[in-house]
Amino acid sequence: MEPNPRMKWLPWVSTPVVLVLVLVVWQLAVSVFGVSEFTLPTPAQVAGALGGLLTDATTWGHIAITLAEVAVGFVVALATGVVVGVVLGRAEWLERALRPVLVAVQVVPKVAFIPLFVIWFGFGVTSKIIMAATLAFFPIMLNVMLGVRSVDRGHRDVMLGLGAKRWPTFRDLELPSTLPYVFAGMEVAVVFAVIGAIVGEYLGGSEGLGYLVVVSLNALDAPQLFAVIFLLAVLGCLLYLVVNGAKRFVIPWHESVLGADTP
Amino acid sequence: MTRGSHAEAVDDVGTDGAAEEVAENAELELRGVDKIYRARSGATTQALQDISLSVRAGEFISLVGRSGCGKTTLLRILAGLVSPSSGQVLTGGRDLWQGGRRDLAASARFGLVFQDANLFPWFSVEDNIALPLKLRGVDKRTRRARAAELCDLVGLSGFEKSLPRELSGGMRQRAAIARALSYDPSILLMDEPFGALDALTRDRMNLELQKISVVTGATVVFVTHSITEAVFLADRVVLLSPRPGRIRSVTGVEFPRPRSLDVESEPAFQDVVRRLRHELDEEGG
Repeated sequence: MEPNPRMKWLPWVSTPVVLVLVLVVWQLAVSVFGVSEFTLPTPAQVAGALGGLLTDATTWGHIAITLAEVAVGFVVALATGVVVGVVLGRAEWLERALRPVLVAVQVVPKVAFIPLFVIWFGFGVTSKIIMAATLAFFPIMLNVMLGVRSVDRGHRDVMLGLGAKRWPTFRDLELPSTLPYVFAGMEVAVVFAVIGAIVGEYLGGSEGLGYLVVVSLNALDAPQLFAVIFLLAVLGCLLYLVVNGAKRFVIPWHESVLGADTP
Repeated sequence: MTRGSHAEAVDDVGTDGAAEEVAENAELELRGVDKIYRARSGATTQALQDISLSVRAGEFISLVGRSGCGKTTLLRILAGLVSPSSGQVLTGGRDLWQGGRRDLAASARFGLVFQDANLFPWFSVEDNIALPLKLRGVDKRTRRARAAELCDLVGLSGFEKSLPRELSGGMRQRAAIARALSYDPSILLMDEPFGALDALTRDRMNLELQKISVVTGATVVFVTHSITEAVFLADRVVLLSPRPGRIRSVTGVEFPRPRSLDVESEPAFQDVVRRLRHELDEEGG
């Protein structure tokens, strides 16, 4: 469906409207319908808790830790995912040979590995980085594999007809036609990396936003729980925007960039 | 075979006769080419059978036939994209396939235009047109100058910096032609290049293609399923019959090139078209 260029302003109006509506319903649920403030704190209470968190230096330490885990895990997943994806995409026999293993690894809920990672790599950041990387690896690898195989036949014929050698064929054809797939994988992977790091922090360790969630839960501090979730949402959005911005910069010619004028 | 303008504008030439006659100075020559495709199941399909054809330098040849008659396969064999199962492809007297490997020096003489423009969406029009030069190691300034020159030739001036997706179908196909011309190939191989265009654009593109082929003096082999288009453009029309694809007839079209669209309304022209259509119908199917 072709987006109507005249509707470009719509999300800029609809998003605040939706936000305000959510806040109103939320406030009403507490003050009019009598939902216990213990389970559902008012927006004001959450804002207060958020303010308290942000003025506390240790919160920023937690944010930095989680961000570092996500970033390192994501970069590791990107590097390994691209390499493995290219190799499996090229060597079809290898992919066929490994397919049962790959499927098996993929269908296992990866978060079940976290206790293992904790045993192997301890309660520090390493186990969280590995968890983030494990979750982010698959979407990147699968997309790259698909991308390597999806180089347009007609485009290949052009290069073949021109007698292009291996390196120019990679530089001018294979790399640019695979990049959109890499970015599609990255957009999914960055979200997965956050999940991996947070769940890792739930289960072990004493730092990071996931740890802060557990602390808030143990204290039954619902306002702070909401506030941390809000921080996580902001973190996720920022990371997504970074990947999306990189995409716009690297493949400005692609439909997913040109067609998507709206944020 | 002479190119005259006598009233009887048509003469049929037996394929064997034509091959022998011009074998000496043939720009492009097929000798007894067969192509057999082997499916995974082991079943074989004979796509082409004993194709012999000789094309003179500067000649415009149209290949026509029903869908599935192997005309695209034949063009891909000429282009060196597919190897023949048996027989020879010679260009300028050199064998295109040297011991199972494509002779890159020989195929450098070819310019290819496909049914789809196949422009790279990540390159501007200019970079697309100059891609063959980039692969040949030509420096950027020369490439840019040549691209501008070619944009002028095919009527794309002012669109050098545009992305392919910003162009219409006809403009993309022009860019593809410009790309094929960028390194001055002596032979242009075109596979239904205007098949996806509307009739008006197609007429205009055909006129321009004629102009270009006369200006550059290139030899052209042009695959189409439109008989009118084939006759309008070509010095000789090669009619293929299907399963297995073989040459049914070779028909000379004796109107001097370049031609205007008025030619199409001349009785002699319509006569050729009618005869070819009749031949095609005889095959049934």
